Amino acid sequence: MEAGGTVFTGRGVRRGMVKMLAFALFVVPFGMAFGVAAVEGGMEVWAAIVMSATNFAGASQFAVLELWSSEVPLIPLILITFAVNARHLLMGAALAHWIRPIGWPKTVLTATVTTDPNFAMITAERMKGERDAGLLLGAGLTLWTAWAIGTLVGVGVGNGIGDPRAIGIDVLLPAFFIALLIGLWRGRQSAAPWLVAGLVAVLANLAIPGHWHIILGALAGGLVGAFSRGA
Amino acid sequence: MALSVDVPTALVVMALVTFATRIGGFLVMIWIPLSARVQRFLEALSGSVLVALVLPMAIHGDLAGQLALLVAATTMLATRNSVAAIAAAMIAVVALRALG
Repeated sequence: MEAGGTVFTGRGVRRGMVKMLAFALFVVPFGMAFGVAAVEGGMEVWAAIVMSATNFAGASQFAVLELWSSEVPLIPLILITFAVNARHLLMGAALAHWIRPIGWPKTVLTATVTTDPNFAMITAERMKGERDAGLLLGAGLTLWTAWAIGTLVGVGVGNGIGDPRAIGIDVLLPAFFIALLIGLWRGRQSAAPWLVAGLVAVLANLAIPGHWHIILGALAGGLVGAFSRGA
Repeated sequence: MALSVDVPTALVVMALVTFATRIGGFLVMIWIPLSARVQRFLEALSGSVLVALVLPMAIHGDLAGQLALLVAATTMLATRNSVAAIAAAMIAVVALRALG
């Protein structure tokens, strides 16, 4: 994708906001699940809300619940947060050249709310020729709002939900990832990297505690892609 | 060894680490020329991250959850609509668990 043609407009931001509304409906229950899990795990209500507002990164927030108490071990906190969120580095790297023309202030603002769903959306839209980076920010703002609302409701409801599995929240995230993958599939070009990524991730998951299998699988798949002949 | 911090500090540290991952990719790439190889790496990466996330999740899920993911895939292939795919998966898993 060539750089230079990317713009950033208010109209793009609004389009992005609207574009993510339907998906945001599904982020709210996920945020609720985090709110409930956090409060049930002993986290203070205010801390759960602050964490959602400042991290806006559900997988890492769920992951650190395991080590959360009145005294939080610093090194595991940093490593787990980094391991689960390191995929953001890859998203930023993938978008860096495309987004460069809009300048640093807007890039930082946009990066702060860039996460899996709006990254996937902008990736698909770029393939169709989208040139407005405002779309990414707008979509991120909608997702952030949904995540914040969900957390607020979740900590309020507390134990009211009972088992989040009873409404199928545990399949929300993997179902979303699968839908994204089907959208990203490029035939044989995708097959080898994805196969290796899956194998490495599953094996690493057996061998290494924490979330490093995500990083290792992703890097392995990326390397296979880098060193295979392009289609 | 057992270096621990209080909750407000932990929240600040976590937010900073997350922010660093969000902005880091943009910063680093400015200094690295985007060769064809790097481009292929990044293209393969976006799918690979998701595979690495979802496969262990699917393996560790119960049978109802695994079947629900099949429903998600089928719905996505049929409709190309991720919201529909997620909704179908959640309905399927609730129904399957209700049936036992």
